[in-house]
Amino acid sequence: MIYTLCMALFFIGLYGICCKKNLIKIVLGFIIMDYAVNLFIILIGYRKNGIAPILDKTMDVKKFALSSVDPMPQAMVLTAIVIGLAVTALLVALCVRIYERYGTFDITKIRKLRG
Amino acid sequence: MTETIILFLLALMILGSLIALESKDILSSVIAMGAVGFMLSAIFLILRAPDIAMVQVVIEILTLIILIRATISRDVHTVTDTRDFLPLALNMVLLFVFFIIAAEAIRNMPDFGTGLSKVAGHYLNRGLNDTGSANIVTSVILDYRAYDTLGEATVLFAALIGAITILRRKAKND
Repeated sequence: MIYTLCMALFFIGLYGICCKKNLIKIVLGFIIMDYAVNLFIILIGYRKNGIAPILDKTMDVKKFALSSVDPMPQAMVLTAIVIGLAVTALLVALCVRIYERYGTFDITKIRKLRG
Repeated sequence: MTETIILFLLALMILGSLIALESKDILSSVIAMGAVGFMLSAIFLILRAPDIAMVQVVIEILTLIILIRATISRDVHTVTDTRDFLPLALNMVLLFVFFIIAAEAIRNMPDFGTGLSKVAGHYLNRGLNDTGSANIVTSVILDYRAYDTLGEATVLFAALIGAITILRRKAKND
């Protein structure tokens, strides 16, 4: 059920990219897809009634390993989130330049491209 | 209980992203996007990932600043309607095919809250002795998979250099 809702979120982002005319809306769709994928990877690594993968002084390591959630997806997503920000900044910079050149965010009005 | 809270927050996220995509005003859609990001951060906190929740809050604020900077005082005429019929129909067919594949993949997933990767046991058991870090996520990103973090930093700086180059006022004549 949770996976299905996560997939629905991904599809909303894909719909935004495919069907919107406004460049900013397309960027927003990209960000939504980014969020959905990050959330999905974290959901896979969850363990029921688990604890955060941070050791305490009083904790036994063996017991900790049996009750903690998966630290691997968390580490991967940590890097993926930061990369997502950089890619978003690049996209927005492109949008700003296109707006200055053509005076609109409408992708169907940008027709003066020459190869 | 945890599942119920996550489902509720996810439903709110879907609602927020629909508002963000369908709103007529660009500024309000950007703000709805911010709400979605903070809800995502809350979900990370519930899923026992405090590091990711903190990073997500910071990144969300930065994304909001970038988006608002890009859209403010530029929103002269809003573009509301969707694209022409033929590309839209093609896109719908593509979305449908993608939907079928994704539904099949979701059906074969292990149940929520059961799957742990094989390497996780190794990291959790030996992380403290191998690296001396009490936080296992830190020991993974900075010791076991440090090259991955190096590559991430490379991608980050490449993207930022690209953004700065695009936004530069005029080219330097060397």
